[in-house]
Amino acid sequence: MSRVTTTPSGKTSTASPRATRGGQGKPLLSIRDFKVEYRTGAGATVQAVRGVDLDLFPGESLALVGESGCGKTTFGLGLLRLLPRLGHASGKVTFNRSDGTEIDVLGLDGKDLRQFRWRDAAMVFQGAMNAFNPVLKIRAHMHDTMRAHTKAGKQEIEDRASELLRLVRLEPSRVLDCYPHELSGGMRQRVLIAMSLLLEPEVLILDEPTTALDILTQRSVVDVLHEVRERLGFSMIFISHDLSLAAELADRVATMYAGRIIETGGVRDMFYRPRHPYTLGLIKAVPPIVGDLPDMESIPGGPPSLAALPKGCTFSPRCKFATEECKEEDPALIPITDEPGDAHEAACIHWKQVHLEREVPSDLGNAS
Amino acid sequence: MSALEKSPETPESTESTARTPLMTLGGVSQVFSTKAGPIRAVDDVDLSVNPGEVLCLVGESGSGKTTAARMAAGLARPTSGEVAYDGQDIWSMNRQDFGAFRRSVQYVHQDPYASLNPTRTIQQTLIAPLLKHGVVKTKKAAAERAAELLTKVDLTPPENYLPKFPHQLSGGQRQRVAVARALTLDPKLIIADESTSMLDVSIRISVLAMLGRLRDDLGVGFLFITHDLAIAKYFGWNGKTAVMYLGRIVEFGPTPKIINAPTHPYTRALIDAIPEPDPDLTKTKGRESLRSLEIPSLANLPSGCSFHPRCPLFEDGLCDATVPALTTIRSGQSAACHVVARDGVPEAGPDDLGA
Amino acid sequence: MTEATIPVTSIGTTGVSRFAGIMRSLRRSPAGFIGFVIVGLMVLITAIVPFFLPEVAPNVKEILLPAGSPGHLLGTDNEGKDVLIQMIGGGRTVIFVGFVAAAISTALAIVLGSLAAYLGGWVDSVVVTLSDVFLTVPQIVLLAVLGAFFRLDSPILLALLVGGLSWPVLTRAVRAQVFSLKEREFVEAARLLDLGTIRVVFVEILPNMASFILMNFMIGVTNAIYQLVGLYLLGLAPLTGSNWGIMLNRAWIAGAIFNDASLAWILSPVVAIILLLLGLVMMTRSLEEILNPRLRDR
Repeated sequence: MSRVTTTPSGKTSTASPRATRGGQGKPLLSIRDFKVEYRTGAGATVQAVRGVDLDLFPGESLALVGESGCGKTTFGLGLLRLLPRLGHASGKVTFNRSDGTEIDVLGLDGKDLRQFRWRDAAMVFQGAMNAFNPVLKIRAHMHDTMRAHTKAGKQEIEDRASELLRLVRLEPSRVLDCYPHELSGGMRQRVLIAMSLLLEPEVLILDEPTTALDILTQRSVVDVLHEVRERLGFSMIFISHDLSLAAELADRVATMYAGRIIETGGVRDMFYRPRHPYTLGLIKAVPPIVGDLPDMESIPGGPPSLAALPKGCTFSPRCKFATEECKEEDPALIPITDEPGDAHEAACIHWKQVHLEREVPSDLGNAS
Repeated sequence: MSALEKSPETPESTESTARTPLMTLGGVSQVFSTKAGPIRAVDDVDLSVNPGEVLCLVGESGSGKTTAARMAAGLARPTSGEVAYDGQDIWSMNRQDFGAFRRSVQYVHQDPYASLNPTRTIQQTLIAPLLKHGVVKTKKAAAERAAELLTKVDLTPPENYLPKFPHQLSGGQRQRVAVARALTLDPKLIIADESTSMLDVSIRISVLAMLGRLRDDLGVGFLFITHDLAIAKYFGWNGKTAVMYLGRIVEFGPTPKIINAPTHPYTRALIDAIPEPDPDLTKTKGRESLRSLEIPSLANLPSGCSFHPRCPLFEDGLCDATVPALTTIRSGQSAACHVVARDGVPEAGPDDLGA
Repeated sequence: MTEATIPVTSIGTTGVSRFAGIMRSLRRSPAGFIGFVIVGLMVLITAIVPFFLPEVAPNVKEILLPAGSPGHLLGTDNEGKDVLIQMIGGGRTVIFVGFVAAAISTALAIVLGSLAAYLGGWVDSVVVTLSDVFLTVPQIVLLAVLGAFFRLDSPILLALLVGGLSWPVLTRAVRAQVFSLKEREFVEAARLLDLGTIRVVFVEILPNMASFILMNFMIGVTNAIYQLVGLYLLGLAPLTGSNWGIMLNRAWIAGAIFNDASLAWILSPVVAIILLLLGLVMMTRSLEEILNPRLRDR
């Protein structure tokens, strides 16, 4: 089992000609060549994230979509320096505060790191709604969080917490005095969103915000996220395997596969004009609810083990557009030029052949 | 009694009354007594699956769909009502008949990581039932049959999978093995309990397609439990769907009608709430907001129709007074709603494609 | 169009033979490997070497020689018998009784505990009540009383006695484990396939408790050895022949701890017992890995 780490040639962060976005100025979060490595014991390492370039602009919502094992959760944790001891992040992550200061996130330490976390960027973890302290009331959770990062007084915290709880459609007088187990899953998730916004961060990272929630509860959380974003105007990165969620909440979408971003673009470009076979495969694997039975297709095989990546393009073994050329090297993100949208890039040398055509079979006799 | 298959005017029901249903749940309830009071996980549910047919049971958590499925599998005994297989009540069967029922109705669990014995190889897991029930006579024949079954579930070449342990396979592969195991005794009905929920999106469709092929080729009936309406739509397109809420069936009918022209306000709310993998569509989809975001607890069910605290069609005095019965609303489609039964379906929404 | 074949993406090795895997697991934990070596050596030495040793005979001229005396590496006892030879010859009975007693109690615990948990109902009630009764009886006292009535000179009898009295604790533990395991989905699947109680309990459930059972077996061996030596020390078992327990008893009664020269005599059986038990406990570190196929492959 050899460990193959291919680095796309000619791919250095600052040199690549990134398509410019419509005049938004400086990005809020600028990520270049971000890598995360895990030590798996006896000197061996596995690269969970293999070089991600990303820009997040103020007020923008970015969806990071991928299936299990693609490295998206590791990416989210790595951004906030929350990796376990065996993980090591490298690259450059620059955070540009609204007051003009530039922060090198990976170089932060101690007090500065704590300041960065929760004030500048906050995170709602996967399954966090089950990670509340069961013996503390919600009020105590709120107070603890704020007191850990500010010197705010009791009344100030109370007011702020109530304000945010109302924003997420919860009644403060009811919720603040409850223990976590007295609230439903959806309510806990909304409490978490409120908690993460206590210090008015400019970036909110959410990992699988609606997984394990029922349909109607999911809808309320999604609606709440819409509203809150409109009111407070923060940028959002949300990580999910649910493509439909991306269609709902995102301005831009990036699909991740085997530790790298393989396509990124505006939400309409990604859904109507995907240019990477994996993105195309994902879209064709999710049936829309309304309408007749669409033509569904799944992607053969399964995601590769990060410890034993295929040669060349990591998706090629499962790709129906693959040719011999694909096995030579892992392609860099190529700008898609013949489209009205901006900043659409795909890491596929055959992107011109990738088209989304959804036909509805006229004969609904079989459901295969 | 419900109007599921009794009304003579619907074409589907005349067909189905001509054959004996394979599995019937008649007025089945499951009540748990707890410190918080009695919990009616399933309340007076009528269901039936015909041979070779697909019935999707759809609902959110707490709807009782898994409890109903376990009762259908004979894993739990209903507190009241009858579970009948091939016309016979399974709980009054003798040991032999119950054994035959057990073998004809198989179950595919949700969690592929828990449904296979981690200390047995795939071959050992598949061979056991084959030899125990005399489907084959020798170990060699059993190994061959196991390989055949693996091919049926698209795990080819089988020799690559037979000597492996479950932890060496991916989730999708394990689920296929679970299906192969369910097929060892030639079942007539497979109960799939959220069998694709824990699989990656890209694999779900291929597993469902495989199940669909088994349904078409082997004539196996399916009771398909899911919370994902899109999956129910895909798998059950040619079958029927029943929507459950807090232990009761609130809507029932052919799947295309339930998905594209729902009549019960809860079903409509569900369909509207699901985000679409289509940015324009999902943002312009009309959504009627519910009166309340709170989900009632099963220990404290609302009076009358249990959906009334959240229902946009709520009428004081009517909806909180009596539990609505399932009544035919349109041909083949029935719903448990006082208002809809009286007035018909409200003004069509933007996503109602008509019956 | 759906694909018909799925490429095999397996995680982990398949071609490694079981033996190689076991050897690798053993080597992975140094403590476990050392323990395995210790126990292995002790068992081999005490089982085989006595056949090649001369009979140990009393010699009035060589009483109480200290360790390091010419011809007597560990000295002699108060009858002039060589301590080292007694040591090598004295392990057989103790190890035998220890393992057999543990085997008996473990076997009883497995059968009773798992059937009680799986079948429930009256079977469970009977087993629980029985184990409660046995638990309330103080074992040493019972052993003493039985020792007074029966001649406990046969190792098998001793093993039966010790093993037959120590099953309750492990039974409760096995029962608790089976309770939780029987709710697992793969057990349910086996029941749905009508595979029968025996098969479900012994093939589906128990192998998933293998490391738990083996650990408890090891602990059972240590307990049995303690009990046995305790019996001898208290003089409740007949002191014919020679084994570590008897050596201890004789040395103690003769007051060997008060004499410099006889320290080796009284300490040797103690050291031997401790070494054996230490080796057993250390061995358990590797056993978890050997028995769990998931850990074995990595």
